[in-house]
Amino acid sequence: MAVIKLKRPKLSWYEHLYLPAIIKGLLITFKHAVISVFGKATGSKELASSGLGVTMQYPEQKWDEHLPEYYRGIPALVTDEQGRERCVSCQLCEFICPPKAITIAPGELKSDDEWAKVEKAPKAFDIDMIRCIYCGMCEEVCPEQAIFLRQDYAMTGTTRAEMVNDKDRLYQLGGVREGLINKWNEVK
Amino acid sequence: MADSAPATADKLPKVLAAEKGMVNVQIDGTWIQVPRGTRMIEACKQAEQEVPHYCYHTKLSSPGNCRMCLVQMGMPSRPAPGHHISFGDDGFQKIGWMPRPVISCANTVAENMGIRTSGALVEECRNGVMEFLLINHPLDCPICDQAGECSLQEFSVDHGRGSSRFEEVKVKKPKNVEIGPRIRLDDERCIMCSRCIRFMDEVVDDPVLGFIDRGTHTKLTVHPGRQLDSNYSLNTVDICPVGALTSNDFRFQMRVWFLKETKSIDVNCGTGCNTVIWTRGNEVFRITPRENNDVNSCWIPDSHRLNFHYLHAETRLDAPMIRKGQNHENADWFDAIAKAAEGLKGHQRGEVAIIGSGRQTNEELYLLKRLAETLETDLLTLVPRFEESDGRLVSADRNPNTNGAKLLWATDDPYAKLDAIREGVSGRKIKAIVVFYEDLLGAAAFKATDLEKLELLVSNHLLPNGTAKASHVVMPGAGFAEKRGSMVNITGRLQRLNQAILPPEGVMDDWEIIRDLVAALDHNEPARHLIEDVFTEIVDDVEELEELTLSKIGDLGIQVTETGETIPLIETERGEIVG
Ligand code: SF4
Ligand code: SF4
Ligand code: SF4
Ligand code: SF4
Ligand code: FES
Repeated sequence: MAVIKLKRPKLSWYEHLYLPAIIKGLLITFKHAVISVFGKATGSKELASSGLGVTMQYPEQKWDEHLPEYYRGIPALVTDEQGRERCVSCQLCEFICPPKAITIAPGELKSDDEWAKVEKAPKAFDIDMIRCIYCGMCEEVCPEQAIFLRQDYAMTGTTRAEMVNDKDRLYQLGGVREGLINKWNEVK
Repeated sequence: MADSAPATADKLPKVLAAEKGMVNVQIDGTWIQVPRGTRMIEACKQAEQEVPHYCYHTKLSSPGNCRMCLVQMGMPSRPAPGHHISFGDDGFQKIGWMPRPVISCANTVAENMGIRTSGALVEECRNGVMEFLLINHPLDCPICDQAGECSLQEFSVDHGRGSSRFEEVKVKKPKNVEIGPRIRLDDERCIMCSRCIRFMDEVVDDPVLGFIDRGTHTKLTVHPGRQLDSNYSLNTVDICPVGALTSNDFRFQMRVWFLKETKSIDVNCGTGCNTVIWTRGNEVFRITPRENNDVNSCWIPDSHRLNFHYLHAETRLDAPMIRKGQNHENADWFDAIAKAAEGLKGHQRGEVAIIGSGRQTNEELYLLKRLAETLETDLLTLVPRFEESDGRLVSADRNPNTNGAKLLWATDDPYAKLDAIREGVSGRKIKAIVVFYEDLLGAAAFKATDLEKLELLVSNHLLPNGTAKASHVVMPGAGFAEKRGSMVNITGRLQRLNQAILPPEGVMDDWEIIRDLVAALDHNEPARHLIEDVFTEIVDDVEELEELTLSKIGDLGIQVTETGETIPLIETERGEIVG
């Protein structure tokens, strides 16, 4: 490997003083302070600021309408427009989840179930939100488009158990999602 | 070796190989010697070159119907008239490569043959075969039990296309069909390799499976009016390279990539089939056979592999108990051992009998002998369990370690004293019994009224039963997947059990229980901290086991004595190879 030797730049006497640079920095800060006091900071309009820069008075003020489409909040399970629970308990998300937040008990669908041909569905599905790091790996790995990171981000609980979302809660959070690929609909 | 050395220099490699019954084969540029008659695919395996395959299985015939194992082959070209055969500097003839591929599973090697397991031709063949196999494949992977150990998935990674060129509708076939009491068939996933058909025909001799219809509509099915209900049926699930055959017992229980594999042995009969125990956390999910050509080939009976659910029964005993009046109360280990030892000390020699089990490991049986010596009693026995052999793997002796007891107790009949003890109990001559791992009301055929006559009954069980109910001290034990130890099978092979899961909380390993009991009776006993310590003592005691340690036993076991008994399935297999 070639070794490239770098030389420190030579400073002029003016640069050696340091003070002018510090003053220059202070002036920039001061300029932004003045701008935000007058509510003119960049983005303050779009982000519905409370009047001082882009700072928001949470929780009185929330940013919810401004969350981007790709925001990664609480992971939840979804059903589709046909009312089918999409998860087939393939356990790929359980495998990929870096902090091991997901625990799934796989189960078999009853033979009289409307979707019996899908054969599999989770008996239990728990996500421990104390562990979850909102990485979105579960959503990315899911071959059935069944798990999505929602826009919700505020989750509180007073015990550890309360912080575990079970299957019912996950479907409640996830709701119905339309426009997904319905691969099980073909004649099978 | 030395005497033939001078001649070596002038001899051609083919002569040298032929002297040993071998032939020279060039595999991907390297010459190796393999025995004459070896299948090409096996030769490649010896040269550590993997040839992808579906229908070929080492223990079955080669129908050559999947075409995945295509390789390029070459032989020396025949000399033109008037020319002589010429050998190169290395002593080999020049290989003339054939323009079309051959299947490596159904062809055998020949002298001076060349095999290429890679290259443009071979790659293209494999890609083509994969594309055909996937044309009608449902791609059920998210709901398919085979996912994670599926050859179709694995070879797709190397030889599959990212997307399908097939635009037509896929052929529909029956799915989720019960073809036997323990097996579910998904015809869409079947790749027509016929391994299951050949297994049932060639190994089990019960040809119930077959293909019907033609072309893309070919389906696997059971013969009309029949079911895939042989006691070996679950082996078809193991050898099915895809998820077409799945086990009802394991289906949808857990993904295989979460499971930890522990090599162990089966304890349901004297054969001691080699197994792999698949666990996650502290739960056993399935047991599969492990190849051992001296014990079980690649197979295991269904009844044996499925016999593990009791380990997770709700009713598992998980604390020692001491009887108070008609009821039992939980106690701690120290009190339970002390109570048992105290009771035993209060009896004369000749009044105490010890009943062990042929399902115990060598280490436990050895300590039982120590217990008998400490109590100065010669009333030490096992409970016999003889039934019919099935002529394949299930042996007539349903105790896995009868031969271990014979070696360790230096006796020809470890069952001899059982009748005497039974009579002694009913005649009130024997007043105290220590019983391990056996329900006296079961195979040992004691009468419940006789057990009530005992002044002291100390027993060890996994699950509650009649003996536990009648016992004064009950000590919960560990199951076969929860302990380490060794056993000797019917042919005299020493094999090792390995611990796959931990016993339930509050349960001690059985050898520790006996160790503590012996130590409570005799304070001069040597300290035994590890199961290896016990094994070392055994080795000093038993000549046949000289210089062995638990780890030296290895995964495939070691023949330590000759019993003259054989395993019918292995004999048949050997007969076939010779003939
Ligand atoms: S978002 Fe990441 S951490 Fe949270 S459940 Fe999904 S995979 Fe696990
Ligand atoms: S990856 Fe998707 S289908 Fe699979 S278990 Fe997770 S949510 Fe269910
Ligand atoms: S057989 Fe293999 S490729 Fe086919 S669905 Fe099952 S896991 Fe997937
Ligand atoms: S069911 Fe499995 S083993 Fe039997 S032919 Fe089909 S793919 Fe082969
Ligand atoms: S393995 Fe050779 S044709 Fe199938």
